[in-house]
Amino acid sequence: MSTVTRDAVQMRGVDKYFGEGDARTHVLKTTDFDAPLGELVMLVGPSGCGKTTLLSVLAGTLNADGGQVSVFGERIDQMKPAALTRFRAQNIGFIFQQFNLIPTLTAAENVSVPLLIQGKSNAVALKRARDVLERVGLGHKAGERPSKLSGGQQQRVAIARALVHEPRLLICDEPTSALDRENGTLVMQLLRDVARSADRTVIIVTHDSRIYRYADRMAEMEDGRVFRTLDSAVAIAAEHSGHG
Amino acid sequence: MYLVALKMLFGDQSKYMMLVSGMAFATLLMAQQSALFCGLMSWTYSPLVNISASIWVADSKVEQVNENKPMRDTDADRIRSVDGVAWAAPLYQGIVVARDPTNSNFKFITLVGLDATTLAGAPGRIVQGTLDDLRRPGTAIIDEFAVERFSEGRDQPIGVGDLLEINDNQVEVVGICDVQRPFIGGPFVYTTYDRAVSTYAYKSRKMLTFVLAEPAAGLSPTDVARRIEAGTGLKAFTREEFRWSTIRWFFRNTGIPMVMGITVFIGLVVGMAISAQTFYSFVLENTRFLGALKAMGTPTPVLCKMLLFQSVAVGLIGYGIGIGITVAFGRMALSTRQIPYAMPWQVPAIVLGIVLLISSVAALGGILRIARLEPAIVFRA
Repeated sequence: MSTVTRDAVQMRGVDKYFGEGDARTHVLKTTDFDAPLGELVMLVGPSGCGKTTLLSVLAGTLNADGGQVSVFGERIDQMKPAALTRFRAQNIGFIFQQFNLIPTLTAAENVSVPLLIQGKSNAVALKRARDVLERVGLGHKAGERPSKLSGGQQQRVAIARALVHEPRLLICDEPTSALDRENGTLVMQLLRDVARSADRTVIIVTHDSRIYRYADRMAEMEDGRVFRTLDSAVAIAAEHSGHG
Repeated sequence: MYLVALKMLFGDQSKYMMLVSGMAFATLLMAQQSALFCGLMSWTYSPLVNISASIWVADSKVEQVNENKPMRDTDADRIRSVDGVAWAAPLYQGIVVARDPTNSNFKFITLVGLDATTLAGAPGRIVQGTLDDLRRPGTAIIDEFAVERFSEGRDQPIGVGDLLEINDNQVEVVGICDVQRPFIGGPFVYTTYDRAVSTYAYKSRKMLTFVLAEPAAGLSPTDVARRIEAGTGLKAFTREEFRWSTIRWFFRNTGIPMVMGITVFIGLVVGMAISAQTFYSFVLENTRFLGALKAMGTPTPVLCKMLLFQSVAVGLIGYGIGIGITVAFGRMALSTRQIPYAMPWQVPAIVLGIVLLISSVAALGGILRIARLEPAIVFRA
C-alpha cells in the first residue's frame, strides 16, 4: 500500500530482538525514526545502542519483529523477500565502513555492479560507471583495482557504486571512520551534494563527530530508542560544539 | 553477474590454481585409470579383434575367448550342416613354449592354428612376408610382440627366414603380423590347424578349440548362432556376445575391476575433498563481498547460480587439463605398445559427468551458506 509522504523513511514502533531464550536481547525498543526527502540525516549514539540494527531494518536487510517501516511510502516490513530484494536494488544505495569493493574487479567494474544486478548489459553498465566515476573525480582511476587506490579513493568509488543506479535513498555505515580528515571532508561534501542536488535522502550512521556539521538532521539513539532529533544545523552545531 | 563471478574466481589466483589442480588431478586419476582398465579389458578379448569371424563356436562350458576346452574335430562338420551356416572353419588356440635355437631363450606363446584351405582367421595386417607362405610345411607367422620378445639377447632382431623351435619341432618364420597383443599367454604365433594339432601343440584327446563360422547371406549372426546352439548343443557366440562374455568373466573372476575401481573412487574422493574444501574456503573469504552483493539487491538464486557457475567453470578447466594429460599419456602408452590403453568415448563422457557432480557438491556448501546469509552482515565491522 502506498501513501503520499514527504518522509523518505518512516519507522513507527519498531522492535527487534536477537537471540533465543535467556540470551534474547531487545535491541530496538519500540522506536520511531523519520528521514525526510532531500536531507542528510545522521544517526548517532554510543556503541551498542542499536544504530546499525536500525540502519539494517530501514535498509530492508534485516526484518523487524514489530512495528511499521515505510520507505518512500512502501511498507517494506510487509514485503515478500523477493520483492524486498528488488526494492533494494532499485531504490537504495549502500556505502559501507569497509568499502566492500570486490578486490578482483577494477573501479569501473565495481561501480557497474548495481546496474548488472538490475540486468543492464555489461557495456551499458561500464559506460555509466565511468561517467559516475568522473563525477566523483576518479575518472582517471576507472581501470585500477581497489588495492591500487588510497582509502579515500576507495570510499569515493564506493560512493560512485552507491549512486550509479540513481537510488533515492543512500544508506551509509560509518563512511568516514577509515579515512583521514581531508578524505573524510571530501567524502562528506560529496554526500551532502548528493542529498541536496538530487532530492535524495542520505542516512549516515557515524561515531565520527568531525562530520556532524554536514547533517541537516541528527537522530540520537540510546538503549535501543531514538530519544531526540535535532533538526537544524545550528542546533546540531550548538549541541555538539565541543566535538568539532 | 556471471562475468563478475568469473573475475572474482580468476582474481584469487592461489584458490583458483588449487581448485583447477584438484579437478585436473581427479580427472587424470579417473580418466587414466579407466583408460588403462579399458585397454586391459581390450587385451583380454584380443583374439576377437585379431580374428575376423562373425560367429565363434566353442564347448558349451566355455565362457571367455581365452579358455581352451577342446571339442571333437567332427564338431566342425556338425556346425557346417546347420541350416544358415555359410561356412565353418576349425581354429586351434593354446599356450605352448617356443625356443630360440640361436640362444636357447624360451618364451610362452599363444599358438593359433588356422584352417589350411581357407586360412580363415588369419591376421589382417602382415608387415613382413606373405600369408600364403604359411601353407608351406614347417612355417609360422609371428606377431610384432613375438619379434620384441624373441629379439632379446640376439644381435639382430628375429625376422623372416629365422627359425624357432615349438615343442621340439623347428619352425621357419615366414611372416610378421601386426595384431593386438593378448592379456593371457604370450605373443601370437600363427600356423595351420593341422600342423598345430599334430606337431606343435601338446597332445590331448580332443584338440579343436573353436570353430569360426559365417552366416549365409541375409541371415543375422545372432540368429545363426542360436540355430547352431540348438542343432549341436555347443555354445555359439556372435563376436559381440563373446566380447562381453569375456569382459564379464574377468569382472567376476579377477580383482582387476576392483583395483581399478578403487583408484577411480580415490580420484573422485580426492577431487571432491580438495575442491569442496577449497571452494568453501573461497566462499568464506568472499562472504563480505557476497553479502554486499546481497544487500545491494542481488537475488539469492542469482548468487547461488554464480557460485555454481564458478565451481563448474573450474571443474571444466580442470577437466580439460586432466583429459589433456591423459591423452598425452595415452599417446606415449600406445607408442611403447607395453601399456594397455583405450579411451572409448564413454570414458571422457562419464568422467565429465563425475567432474560436474564434484563441482556441484563443492558449490553446495557455499550455496547453503550464502542462501542463509543475512545481507545485514555487511554492516558488522
